[in-house]
Amino acid sequence: MIFLTRRATFSASHYYWNESWTAARNEEVFGRCANRNGHGHNYTLEVTVAGEPDPVTGFVVDLKWLKDVMEQEVLAAFDHRHLNLEVPEFASAIPTTENIAIAAWKRLEPAIAAGGGARLNKVRVYETAEIFAEYRGEV
Amino acid sequence: MSAYFGRRYTLSASHRLHADALSEDENRAAYGKCNNPHGHGHNYFVEVLVGGPVDPATGMVINLAALDEVVRTRVTDRFDHTNLNLDPLFANSVPTTENLCRAVFELLKDAMPAGELESVRVEETENNFFEYRGE
Repeated sequence: MIFLTRRATFSASHYYWNESWTAARNEEVFGRCANRNGHGHNYTLEVTVAGEPDPVTGFVVDLKWLKDVMEQEVLAAFDHRHLNLEVPEFASAIPTTENIAIAAWKRLEPAIAAGGGARLNKVRVYETAEIFAEYRGEV
Repeated sequence: MSAYFGRRYTLSASHRLHADALSEDENRAAYGKCNNPHGHGHNYFVEVLVGGPVDPATGMVINLAALDEVVRTRVTDRFDHTNLNLDPLFANSVPTTENLCRAVFELLKDAMPAGELESVRVEETENNFFEYRGE
């Protein structure tokens, strides 16, 4: 089994706010991330697929195909967008790095499975160089 | 819904790789320039990965500020700008990055404010890193 990872970047804005809490509670838990004017990051998306190299091509998956899947399924929806306001998943979930990783997985998993060559192994999203979240599906 | 939250920290420390059980020549052979008598130092990166359910109210596995506080009090304050060989944890073991990695894991594993400690990765240089996931 080979694990192959492709990286891409996207830039987006967000804020953290739980509508069922008071403003004071939101500010206490989320700190500066609760500023309703939002703020932004350059995110890095790492997508790892697992499979056996094809005996003819030597590829687990075609990297150009994987790049296109990442662009169509995730970057087209997230890049240069306000995550809270423009991405449907975050109408009901706070766009933390954890939830962004989960949302990216759910967008990618069916498209990668449909490709037939490999399965999605994990999605890692870096919000900054020091902060990241990872989702491996439900295990 | 379970996910993993990771955070990187830095600490700068010195160490010397030298095993008392080995002769001078054996130490030299095993550790090379890392055995130089007066030690040397690194800027380490410590990567902490915490797994657990995503709290639906916060969207978080763990609150970053709470994790920072635990890592600061248990790890960074303890090791940053110190000589690792002099820490009691390394009284009977060589402060290789393998052993530092395991020591950091043990210092943190029962102190997580939420979730479970999944792994600790310590990068000694940009080309060397070590990871420990518990036994």
